[in-house]
Amino acid sequence: MTPMVEGIGIHKSFGATKVLQGVDFVVQPGEVACVVGPSGSGKSTMLRCINHLERIDSGRLRVDGHLIGYREAGGKLHEMRESEIAQQRRDIGMVFQRFNLFPHKTALENVMEAPLVVRRSPRGAARKQAEELLDRVGLGDRMGNYPAQLSGGQQQRVAIARALAMSPRLMLFDEPTSALDPELVGEVLDVMRGLARDGMTMVVVTHEMGFAREVGDSLVFMDDGRIVESGAPREVLANPREERTKAFLSKVL
Amino acid sequence: MTTSSTDRDVRSSEPLDAVPVRHPGRWVAVALLAVLAAMFVHTVLTNDNFRWNVVGSYLFSGPVLNGLGNTLVLTVISMVIGIVGGILLAVMRLSPNPILSSVAALYIWVFRGTPLIAQLLFWNFLSALYPRLALGIPFGPEWISFDTNQLINQFAACLLGLGLNEAAYMAEIVRGGIQSVDHGQTEAAGALGMSRAQTLRRIVLPQAMRVIIPPTGNETISMLKTTSLVVVIGYFELLTSVQRIYSVNFQTIPLLIVAAAWYLALTSVLSIGQGFVERRFGRGLQTGPAGPRLFPRTNRSTRNEERTA
Repeated sequence: MTPMVEGIGIHKSFGATKVLQGVDFVVQPGEVACVVGPSGSGKSTMLRCINHLERIDSGRLRVDGHLIGYREAGGKLHEMRESEIAQQRRDIGMVFQRFNLFPHKTALENVMEAPLVVRRSPRGAARKQAEELLDRVGLGDRMGNYPAQLSGGQQQRVAIARALAMSPRLMLFDEPTSALDPELVGEVLDVMRGLARDGMTMVVVTHEMGFAREVGDSLVFMDDGRIVESGAPREVLANPREERTKAFLSKVL
Repeated sequence: MTTSSTDRDVRSSEPLDAVPVRHPGRWVAVALLAVLAAMFVHTVLTNDNFRWNVVGSYLFSGPVLNGLGNTLVLTVISMVIGIVGGILLAVMRLSPNPILSSVAALYIWVFRGTPLIAQLLFWNFLSALYPRLALGIPFGPEWISFDTNQLINQFAACLLGLGLNEAAYMAEIVRGGIQSVDHGQTEAAGALGMSRAQTLRRIVLPQAMRVIIPPTGNETISMLKTTSLVVVIGYFELLTSVQRIYSVNFQTIPLLIVAAAWYLALTSVLSIGQGFVERRFGRGLQTGPAGPRLFPRTNRSTRNEERTA
């Protein structure tokens, strides 16, 4: 079976700062992979490499067997054009920490945007699909609202519906609940739990250890641009092997 | 411990009956302004040198309306050239392509850096530099060629001068607007698979408009009056028409009042139009965070909020 995500020896630097220093990473189809670690450990950067929002400096990164951002021909790598990268990103949904909803469009228009513009779906079909998706995340009654009129939790659920509208095979979550009031975290995690139940492949960068333990199929602990420890979430969280993992978990649990 | 009389019924949930802050300064200012206004009205009505009958007879006269028409046509077409060209230049300026970006920077440098009058004269006297303009292969054969004086008449020279100059200023206004949009918007659009062009057109520009419109309103109002510079190449508009009339009949003040009245009327219409456009592009953004404000909200924006909430 082709892994959904396969990273081999990924390095990435911003100027002199080495953010990723040889990361190996595999996510199987249908798997929910949670990535935890202190801030600055490179976990968000790794996630952003998966849909080429960041370009890797060395190593190989494949999604569903295809190199991301590059084509291999004649034993050499060729950079992809903007349009080819856009094509690859259609199959990878992303949810951001700060939601990044389009503020000048209603919830419904936010969800309809990509199907209308990217896939050129007919307006009626796009609308019907968007209504179904907003219903699915529990916002059937807020479709006409602008993002500024929604709570953080509602905005993040719209963002999830927006990403789902392109029927992605893989969903990336970049600390989806970190910008939320504590009482709003639950409603977003519920939606993600539902997605996992439906078999969506997900990579989740998170600080929600409870979610990782309950929903995650695997857990990766990163520090200083490297993967320190990985395994089944219950195992890693209950019996961490590495000192660094123990130190981190003792502070957050 | 004593209980003051105002503490007695605090649980009755009646609206607070507090004495509002007094503003005695405002009353003094009102009185002062009333006196000044009365003096002004009095002198305007009693000073015969204003010659209101002359103002009235020229306000809708043929030459004045002709000039007014030219002012309007020049302003509208120059601003269209300026806005379209400005957006194009701003996008080029921000493009990752270093050639496009430098070409735009060079254009902006030249057209903002030289006087508008010089540019108008340049386009008008282009035929002195190039008597014929031709389309063809450089150093090779020509397909078609034109007499420069026929291709660029006075009117075209006005539009080239005003429009191309305006494009340079608009480019910087649009660039500021585009850069004011949060980078997360571009990332979110990119992550959905939208192309650069789609992201710009559907996501970034509509949000940039909020920042672009107020200075563009300024530019348009300024252009209304800048069009009077076309007199240097012998074209005419409102102010030129008026000058031609008073150079003959010496009714300088009344005719300048005629011109000023028309400029004020046009500016008023533009300001109202700007308000409509601003509300159109402010969709979804009226509800800001609550809390103390440096400037209290106007009634209009409060009403908007109630409608959209």
